[in-house]
Amino acid sequence: MGAGHAHVLYRESASPVHRLPPEVKIVAMVVFTLAVVATPRTAFWAFGAYALLVAAVAALARVGPGWLLSRALIELPFVLFAVALPFLGAGERVELLGLRLSEDGLYGAWNIVAKGTLGVLASLLLAATTTTRDLIVGLDRLRCPQILTQIATFMLRYLDVLVGEARRMRVARVSRGDDPRFLWQLRGFAAGVGALFLRAFERGERVYLAMLSRGYSGRMPAVWQGAGAATAGQWLVAATVPVLAAGVAATAVLLT
Amino acid sequence: METLAMHISNGIIDGPVAAVFAAVALVAMTFCVLRGRSDLDDRLAPMAGLVAAFIFAVQMLNFPIFTAGVSGHLLGGALAAMLVGPWVGALCVAVVLVVQALVFGDGGVAMLGLNITNMAVLGTAAAYLLIALLLRVLPRTPTGLGVTAFVSALFSVVVAAMGFVGQYWLGGTTDLGGNLGGLAGTMAGVHLLIGVGEGLITATTVVTVAKVRPDLVYALRALKPAAPAPVPAVGGVR
Repeated sequence: MGAGHAHVLYRESASPVHRLPPEVKIVAMVVFTLAVVATPRTAFWAFGAYALLVAAVAALARVGPGWLLSRALIELPFVLFAVALPFLGAGERVELLGLRLSEDGLYGAWNIVAKGTLGVLASLLLAATTTTRDLIVGLDRLRCPQILTQIATFMLRYLDVLVGEARRMRVARVSRGDDPRFLWQLRGFAAGVGALFLRAFERGERVYLAMLSRGYSGRMPAVWQGAGAATAGQWLVAATVPVLAAGVAATAVLLT
Repeated sequence: METLAMHISNGIIDGPVAAVFAAVALVAMTFCVLRGRSDLDDRLAPMAGLVAAFIFAVQMLNFPIFTAGVSGHLLGGALAAMLVGPWVGALCVAVVLVVQALVFGDGGVAMLGLNITNMAVLGTAAAYLLIALLLRVLPRTPTGLGVTAFVSALFSVVVAAMGFVGQYWLGGTTDLGGNLGGLAGTMAGVHLLIGVGEGLITATTVVTVAKVRPDLVYALRALKPAAPAPVPAVGGVR
């Protein structure tokens, strides 16, 4: 968790995908993911089609495959779980490379890896093309309750406060003769976690009061100004991907 | 890195069960929004944001348990329930999960209902019930508060983990046969250990906050609404 963690995944660019309003992208991403999850796991071709869709959007958004794949490693623990499934699963056993594996487990593993990866790639594309600020604006325009967007706004704002305070406290410790290395940092961190929280809160409270005195009323200015909300045309453009995905899913369900 | 246990990824649980829990989570969250609105005043709004940010950061601390092949992380439900109350607390955890799912691909979007049910609803509810109970039984001392925070955090983590086991039993995409008991055992053991870590962090944080700014601890506020919190000796920090 470095500084500016909240923006660490955003890739500055002016591609057509970046220019789409955030609410449109959120809906497209969620519908796409739902279509992927609803696809029967035996319809292998459907997952290929989804991968093509993801690749097309990535190309359009000028996000490189290397960037995407290295960020997708977040999924790794699930892949490990998936690898264990063919050994743990019950039911029919099949012979594969000299190992007796559970057939159900093999399908299960494929299911988790394929659907999980596609879901992660879709979220990464959203994150790469939308700033976190825009994301909250988008959620607000989608009529997400204000209390939630408000918590989310402060969460993203205070992440940087928290990281900054943690760094200042670490510098203070080091300059007073502490010499933290690798794991032993944890001890100093654990001892100071309460103080860190309080310091971050008091700083955050000042940020909040400053916002209030400048006219903050619980919503981002971009929302109440209403500028840049999605037009019907933009909804149509963004709908192509989820509609295609839903078509693939429907075909796959009908065929199997 | 993330956990197998807590952030369920797409495809682990089948569609119908995920849909049912999405409905459960939606109902619970609507309820929390309605109840939480009256709670969220000028003092709680920045606190809720900070609690969410804290949980977000703390969820990145992973405890890999290599022998079991899984890892888990802290949840923060008890901390949230303690500092901002059960309603806003559950919303804080839910917001963290939504942002993680949308932006970091941590936990599948289609599985959000399951994740929110486990961590935001079950975890926070279990923690708050214990907090309400223990604060009445235990002495009103920093130790009593610390023990309350520790126990409720420990318990809430295990409850959330058992939520996953229950969901896997209902709709796991792969039939583990007799291994489900093993899954439950592994999850319980692993999360007991995580719960100890979570309990320690929650207890230190809550006790520190309660010593300096007792007015900020929701659980203490709810207990004695009439008696104003004593003005902290270490004023002037603002």
